[in-house]
Amino acid sequence: MSSHTTHAATATTAVDLTKVKPYGDTMNDGMMQLSFTLPVPYGEEANEAAKQLAKKMGLDEPNVVYSKDMVGFTYFVLYGKCQHTVDYTTIKVTKVEVDVMDRLECEKYIEENIKRPVVIVGACSGTDAHTVGIDAIMNMKGFHGHFGLERYHGIDAINMGSQVPNETLIAKAIEVNADAILVSQIVTQKDVHIANLTNLVELMEAEGIRDKVILVCGGPRISHELAQELGYDAGFGSHSYAEDVASFVLTEIVKRKLV
Amino acid sequence: MKSKLNLDPKVIDSARSCAARIAESMQTFIDRHTTVSTERTILRLLGVDGVDDVETPLPNVVVDAIKDGGGLQKGVAYWMGNTMIQTGLDPQAIAEKMAAGELDIMKLPMATKEEAEAKILPLVKEALERINQQTAAREKYLSTIGEGRQPYLYVIVATGNIYEDVVQAQAAARQGADIIAVIRTTAQSLLDYVPYGPTTEGFGGTYATQENFRIMRKALDEVGEEVGRYIRLCNYSSGLCMPEIAAMGAIERLDVMLNDALYGILFRDINMQRTLVDQYFSRIIIGYCGIIFNSGEDNYLTTDDAYEAAHTVLASQFINEQFAVLANIKEEQMGLGHAFEMDPDIENGFLYELAQAIMAREIFPKAPLKYMPPTKYMTGNIFKGHIQDALFNLIAVWSGQSLQLLGMLTEAIHTPHLQDRMLSIENAKYIFSNARDLGEEVEFKQDGTMQKRAQFVLGEAEKLLHEIEKEGLFSTIEKGKFGGVKRPKDGGKGLAGVCVKDETYFNPFIPLMLGGAK
Repeated sequence: MSSHTTHAATATTAVDLTKVKPYGDTMNDGMMQLSFTLPVPYGEEANEAAKQLAKKMGLDEPNVVYSKDMVGFTYFVLYGKCQHTVDYTTIKVTKVEVDVMDRLECEKYIEENIKRPVVIVGACSGTDAHTVGIDAIMNMKGFHGHFGLERYHGIDAINMGSQVPNETLIAKAIEVNADAILVSQIVTQKDVHIANLTNLVELMEAEGIRDKVILVCGGPRISHELAQELGYDAGFGSHSYAEDVASFVLTEIVKRKLV
Repeated sequence: MKSKLNLDPKVIDSARSCAARIAESMQTFIDRHTTVSTERTILRLLGVDGVDDVETPLPNVVVDAIKDGGGLQKGVAYWMGNTMIQTGLDPQAIAEKMAAGELDIMKLPMATKEEAEAKILPLVKEALERINQQTAAREKYLSTIGEGRQPYLYVIVATGNIYEDVVQAQAAARQGADIIAVIRTTAQSLLDYVPYGPTTEGFGGTYATQENFRIMRKALDEVGEEVGRYIRLCNYSSGLCMPEIAAMGAIERLDVMLNDALYGILFRDINMQRTLVDQYFSRIIIGYCGIIFNSGEDNYLTTDDAYEAAHTVLASQFINEQFAVLANIKEEQMGLGHAFEMDPDIENGFLYELAQAIMAREIFPKAPLKYMPPTKYMTGNIFKGHIQDALFNLIAVWSGQSLQLLGMLTEAIHTPHLQDRMLSIENAKYIFSNARDLGEEVEFKQDGTMQKRAQFVLGEAEKLLHEIEKEGLFSTIEKGKFGGVKRPKDGGKGLAGVCVKDETYFNPFIPLMLGGAK
């Protein structure tokens, strides 16, 4: 199956950051691995279809290393050499710009700069029932050894749980005079999270509290860039912990003079 | 059988009898109450189906009218029986006339309870006969085309569109799946009605409707005959419509249903009084028609720590078992739940998971235990995820789990793609075959890590059950002992649908379904 074509050796080991392509075991070999399914019956024609598709994707010498009959469907593992490159030197990504403080530093920061309890309300709002994200950030135990906001001295963390209507979340934020609202969104099928996150911003604007509250969203499919597009102050993706969120919220309170 | 974990039978007995007393003390409360969903279930069993011109299901139309008329404490069976006597119509026609605003059943002359009960009894028996036929159909399939070997391979479909679900479900069955669970659309558990008809729009799942049940049942029967293996269908008898969905499941021959006495309270913030009353009738139906219920202890481990809270899982399994005993469910239908959810960074975590799984098997020897895959520590690294699932599969075959909800390497990324399901079935089949009799061959070191861990967890569970007995279940939940979640007795959703029965109340299905067991 494998192709034995040999190319004249281009013995370079230094990466050219203006023309980056995938690395398999040699600089610029472009090697990529893919696995996918086509809705066609298993056989030689299926393999050929997979290879043609890979070529259209810019993968040279596509090689179907494995295919499996899934009755009317065929599953492939395929390797190919990517022909495209990207210019790494011109890339700009919007990130949450904050110096992350650990829990104790956050507590000290509150004492020194805010000098009152900080109130944070969080929820999985809308129809989302998956609390794993909001729990990881807010609950006492936190996640993976990173304590949650409930543990932070100086922070009143109120986790409202799952499937909280946006209206209820806002009502609670007003009732407790919240400094920040955290919204977690896990379910993203058919972009349900976008509609819900947008709705929350609109409701807060209608209530006239958008400027008074720091609004943060999080979830595995959330990026800071998306969050900002939707009108949030920050967005946190996977691998964010309570201290990342706390550091942002606390410094933002000071920066925006909401002390 | 000798305990490989050297568990003390006296501690097990003590925990079990403690759980029995907890369930019985709740039963006194349950017996005094009914709920709107319990009453709608009676109507569904009597054949009331369809919606009015604003899409309100007819069972809701009827029960709401009785509730608004102040008659719910007598029970819908009385009102239906009485209306049949007074009008000569059958329940469906009565419901349709009520929906059209042509009939006010609260303003009719009132027969005695005995007369109403006698009038409705033939319809109750017909309903039970329809369910019996479905149970017989399952038995016939099992004795003719047979079934897969345990642990049953249990996979989910969750496209949101029932017709797309069918494509995925049939493909999964061809790849080796034994149980197909149609995941429900997010938020259905909080609807106080069951949507009607086939549905093609859902988020993270598909609406549980009677028509969707029927469509999937037919598809699985077809593919089952094709592959020569009965394919079981699973859905959710949970949320605010717990017993109604159990009835739909009985009528449409579902085989497995998620049903937990505490889950809705803890994880959907459904009022605890509502759920405890609802779970009782739902479990009677489930017990009667041979459905395996799955309890949801695995969920505690997604909100709490799986290592530290292991005993809460066992305590809850004991409680779920004893609630099931009160609903006359056979041990062979008790799919008590647990999960492989410990942090993979824990040294010897595999040993602790194995100890927990074998302990559950030894304590509930005939129960078709439902084992749930890792989710909390799945990262998006699909390659590591596939290994986590492999360890989970190894424990399942080793410890003799019954219903294996297959882990997906793409957990934490998306609802499963076709190939994800194929890869996870392949993973499980490989390991189940390759390590088939491992459990028979291996014993554990006296007072070693495994034995000590299981004994510790059992001891803690027994302690917790004694605390719950002393404190009362309601108050235990209020204090957040399960899953670290606190719920007030009068809080949560659905309390308005709970009603104290009066002395003339009757639910004609309960005595017949229990068959004199109570």
